[in-house]
Amino acid sequence: EQEALVLVLDVGPSMHSVLPEIEKVCSLMIQKKLVFSRYDEVGFVLFGSADTKNELTEEVGGYEHVTVLRNIKVVDEDLVDALQSLPRGSVPGDFLDAIVVGMDMLIKKFGQTNKGKKRLCLITNAVSPIKDPFEGTKEDQVNTIATQMAAQSMKMDCIIVRMKQDWETNRRVMEENDFLMSVFSNKSSSKVVYVESPTSLLGALRTRNILPVTIYRGDFEISAQLKIKVWVYKKTSEEKFPILKKYSDKAHPTDKFATHEIKVDYEYQSIEDPNKVVPPDQRIKGFQYGPQVVPISSAELEAVKFKPEKSVKLLGFTDATNIMRHYYLKDVNSFIGEPGNKKAILALSALARTMKEMNKVAIVRCVWRQGQGNVVVGALTPNVSDKDNTPDSFYFNVLPFAEDVREFQFPSFSNLPSSMQPNEKQQEAADKLVQMLDLAPPGKQEVLPPDFTPNPVLERYYRYLDLKSKHPDAAVPPLDETLRKITEPDVELLFRNKSIIEEFRRSFELKDNPKMKKSARRMKERPSGSDEEREEFDKDADAKAIDSMEYSSKTKVEKVGDVNPVEDFEEMLSRRDDPKWINKAIHDMKNRIFDLVENSYEGDTFHKALECLVVLRKGCILEQEPKQFNDFLCHLSKFCQEKDLRSFCQYLTSNDITLITKAEAPDSEIPEHEARSFMVKPELDSQNMKPEAKVENDIMSIYLGGK
Amino acid sequence: MSMELDPDEVFGDEEDDPETEFFKEREATKELLVYLVDASPKMFSTTCPSDDEKTATHFQVAINSIAQSLKSQIINRSYDEVSICFFNTREKKNLQDLSGIYVFNVPEREDLDRPTARLIKEFDLIEERFAKDIGSKYGIVPGSRENSLYNALWVAQALLRKGSAKTADKRILLFTNEDDPFGNLKGVVKVDMMRTTLQRAKDAQDLGIAIELLPLSQPDDEFNVSLFYADLLGLEGDDLAQFKALVGERFEDLKDQLRKRIFKKRRVRRLRLVIFNGLSIELNTYALIRPTNPGRITWLDSMTNLPLKIERSFICADTAAIIQEPPKRFQSYKNENIMFSVAELSEVKRVSTGHLRLLGFKPLTCLKDYHNLKPATFVFPSDEEVIGGTCLFVALHRSMVRLKRFAVAFYGSSSHPQLVALVAQEEIMTSSGQVEPPGMHLIYLPYSDDIRPIEELHTDPNSVPHATDDQIKKASALVKRIDLKDFSVCQFANPALQRHYAVLQALALDEDEMPEIKDETLPDEEGMARPGIVKALEEFKLSVYGENYEEEDSNIEGKVEPTRKRKANAMKEYGNYDWADLADNGKLKDLTVVELKYYLGAHNLPVTGKKEVLISRILTHMDSLGASSYGWHPCIEIFAQCP
Repeated sequence: EQEALVLVLDVGPSMHSVLPEIEKVCSLMIQKKLVFSRYDEVGFVLFGSADTKNELTEEVGGYEHVTVLRNIKVVDEDLVDALQSLPRGSVPGDFLDAIVVGMDMLIKKFGQTNKGKKRLCLITNAVSPIKDPFEGTKEDQVNTIATQMAAQSMKMDCIIVRMKQDWETNRRVMEENDFLMSVFSNKSSSKVVYVESPTSLLGALRTRNILPVTIYRGDFEISAQLKIKVWVYKKTSEEKFPILKKYSDKAHPTDKFATHEIKVDYEYQSIEDPNKVVPPDQRIKGFQYGPQVVPISSAELEAVKFKPEKSVKLLGFTDATNIMRHYYLKDVNSFIGEPGNKKAILALSALARTMKEMNKVAIVRCVWRQGQGNVVVGALTPNVSDKDNTPDSFYFNVLPFAEDVREFQFPSFSNLPSSMQPNEKQQEAADKLVQMLDLAPPGKQEVLPPDFTPNPVLERYYRYLDLKSKHPDAAVPPLDETLRKITEPDVELLFRNKSIIEEFRRSFELKDNPKMKKSARRMKERPSGSDEEREEFDKDADAKAIDSMEYSSKTKVEKVGDVNPVEDFEEMLSRRDDPKWINKAIHDMKNRIFDLVENSYEGDTFHKALECLVVLRKGCILEQEPKQFNDFLCHLSKFCQEKDLRSFCQYLTSNDITLITKAEAPDSEIPEHEARSFMVKPELDSQNMKPEAKVENDIMSIYLGGK
Repeated sequence: MSMELDPDEVFGDEEDDPETEFFKEREATKELLVYLVDASPKMFSTTCPSDDEKTATHFQVAINSIAQSLKSQIINRSYDEVSICFFNTREKKNLQDLSGIYVFNVPEREDLDRPTARLIKEFDLIEERFAKDIGSKYGIVPGSRENSLYNALWVAQALLRKGSAKTADKRILLFTNEDDPFGNLKGVVKVDMMRTTLQRAKDAQDLGIAIELLPLSQPDDEFNVSLFYADLLGLEGDDLAQFKALVGERFEDLKDQLRKRIFKKRRVRRLRLVIFNGLSIELNTYALIRPTNPGRITWLDSMTNLPLKIERSFICADTAAIIQEPPKRFQSYKNENIMFSVAELSEVKRVSTGHLRLLGFKPLTCLKDYHNLKPATFVFPSDEEVIGGTCLFVALHRSMVRLKRFAVAFYGSSSHPQLVALVAQEEIMTSSGQVEPPGMHLIYLPYSDDIRPIEELHTDPNSVPHATDDQIKKASALVKRIDLKDFSVCQFANPALQRHYAVLQALALDEDEMPEIKDETLPDEEGMARPGIVKALEEFKLSVYGENYEEEDSNIEGKVEPTRKRKANAMKEYGNYDWADLADNGKLKDLTVVELKYYLGAHNLPVTGKKEVLISRILTHMDSLGASSYGWHPCIEIFAQCP
């Protein structure tokens, strides 16, 4: 199942801004090939480069600025490195020339062999015109090439990267190119996708080739008289995090042939006599039924178990509204007419089109394999194709059985007490938010569509794998900025809607439930093995600080940790067994705050740092240590100025963090009017500034919830 | 290592798979439950509509719902313990020897214990035995100081003394149709008895026992909770209003309603939805839909039927030394072993905090049918820690329903960080109560890595057929005919599971006969044979397949099955050899394996095995044919089909 692939990459000047992402996604693809399909062959071609290097230019002339950086050969680590540092080109590229060079490479290497496993992958923004042909039109030329491509049974994936700035360039050229691309996709096995963001670019390239296999081939029985031949595939299937092997260091260090693998062995021991190992033929399966364990031998089980016949049968049609989305139980399958069987394809097409029109779904009962011990009941929903060369098909989603559903009752929203009902103003704020925080704005590409959104964990893992192959001791790098767009809200989108967001914030006031004693409860409710991070709630840190001052813990805390610095700090302060804990707590807390600020990414830790700072301030007042706090705050402020973390200083001012004054603690040397003097730069002094202006200046304060 | 472990299944993924946790409901706490059933004559004399248009007494309704919940409990939550206790009975049976109270039980089981096969079986028969063995009798009558309700609460509380309130949820479920139990008393006696009963209930509640009321009411005589039970349950204000709204009016399908209320809502976990930094609300998550599997397998010693202890050990593949669970993992990459510590791996997976982070909103049309990987999780807001969260949630919910949009959020769980869709679900009520609770469903979205381009595989540059208008019209007539009008998701019982548990029950009770289970998932063949449907089917078939549907099967363009191709080739070559002569002169061994297979292929014999095996197979076959094998040519038959 080896594949031969030629990467055809546009490195012209207009592509420079997205080349870093292209480097990432292409090298990732090669990395995955190194792990999963080590015998795949890859070549790669650049166009838009200053140089020219390809066989066609030598043989027939032309084809300038197309550089074959590597001929088709089996993947290796050099290729990963080469793709990680693509040269930047200086000439607008001609993608058609480059495609022809790529095709030529595949034809020379394989001729008519390797059917269906030859692939070109083109990445360009297609904003530069292609050259006029010597004879005929550009369209004729593309037609010829597409026909040749089909004849050679090559496939082509085209990713057209169109970022915002590309729209300002020549629209006419772009439209022409888009038309030519559509010729490719209609005349050959080519797929053309457009992406508008770096994140989608990472998701648009299929980095791992999984050959889809059918889970069922056979009749779809509409009735005893009418059976349609179908193939059923998996449409979605989770790509899991790779299962790593356990490492054994027992082999002698000089042993070159050591595998370092670990085998897992299971032994079945008698309860009465742990030394007695029970062999397989003396074991019997037992099934739990209430408190009883009922033994059933395999033969018995086979004799009594449910054995449905392999089949896919229609139960009937029903309104699509009867099947709610949340009943979809598992990953999804595709039902498609048997290839080459025109009548079957037509029959499915007729059903799919009519069901789409009538808004119906089909309920079917499936037994995929003979010998399968259960049946699956699910819903077929139509997937009508808008392209001539793609057949209509169905998606199949498994539905739950009666046993799978818990019918819990919840209060009606209309019966909730009036304090829990939004008023008109609140509803309006929510309406605006839901409308304006829009990830699928009209006329633009959907943001984070599942089909183009890569799994950030897998991306990160494979990049780290490659990094470790070069630097075994490297720490895990922070999450890439492009991937962060998947896990965090888009700062730009928030900024565009900041007035709506502010309005929403103002409309909904959240406060602590006074009946609940936070710290004590938090400790109790955290189930062991829970993956919940014990991060603090973003709430009024002051109120909480007082609240948890009263709390005394049973297990004594000896340092301020990363996870719950606020609680740890407070618990240490309340320890009365030794005065040293107070200094230790203050010291630890300062370090924590420094870490938080220093390691922040776009202010993500500022809030937590602020919380820590608030309790530290409070603690220093209580413990009569104002100088420790004041010195620290000045130091921190200076540090931020130097390290380009001014937004944190502004964040502090906008949250009214001040030095501890004489009025608060007699030992302090700071008079009231100098409480804000820790800010070194005069223009940042919030006393001279209107609060609105401040908000205008800094996106972060909105993003971070400054008031 | 736990005894229930089934190594065959665990072997596949040695990592602690967090997915398995996802599919299980959290079993951190178990539940101790007392069904307290009023058995007064009024429960037998009042009836209500039931299935198949028959009527059932309130007592029957209560008993049936308990029986049903016991059956589902033994499958789903068999660690919970239950007790069934009747009050207002003629006979008495309870440790305290209080009159009017009968605790129902079967041998080999404590009064409060896990449900057993026998309990379920005998409880199914209770109706027949009831009048004879237990009997119904009013326990609160004028002129007597007996108080059966007081006694019932006392017995239930005593039953629930087992286990600490910290590790177990304790509940009393009270079934009654008497909204005014002390209504026939007067004066001081009445006041006094009410007071002591309320005190009894309060004592129980103070011990951490929740008392829940499942009132049975009638269309013309609504259960008035304000008369007495509001005090007993401690309901006031909003809670009381909510309770009334829940029980009132919906008496049409009482059994359905009871069944839904018997189950205690179990929260899976608490989640924080971060709307923006500095603004977050709390959500509780619930697993409303999860596939139920036949319970875990325990390996037993077939001699003693005792469970086996499974010992797992790690063995170094190079030195065969037994080692402890190793701290490092590795992956082969670029001919090297790249090592990872467990901490590094979990850092790789930590791409976000453990919360749900709102990213924005999209129209519902962006959520495609193939954007699914696993069962959805239901979320409902909570004001437990932060007041105001529910209000915010309700506002977003209403906006999302009205604007037909869903929220996209990132769920940063440490084991499985994922993009999710939050789809607002409006409450749906029918005559039998709430069928869809209001809230949001969290749908786990696939990444591009998880989606396969199936349609692309089937593209054809020469364009593929699409249905004509006439064919669509015929299909539409068919769809209209075969309509499942009242179809509701999950109306079918899982036949495999039903069979499995029926077999277990039979074996557990040493019954000889295996029960037959009806497979509800089979198509309705009778219905499909109705003339209207048959006609629509025939017309559709004709419009797509034309007159010769039957032949279509074997006539697929451009594709010849490989085996058939091979066979056709064998046929061609077969004629070139004089097989009988070769066999007689012992020259078969001089042929190649490929040549031998011509013979085997032509005669539909297996072609696997070593050369000697093939030769002996040929000789055996010739023997069986006898001398007449000479002029035999099977080719004609098969070639007739493939011109």
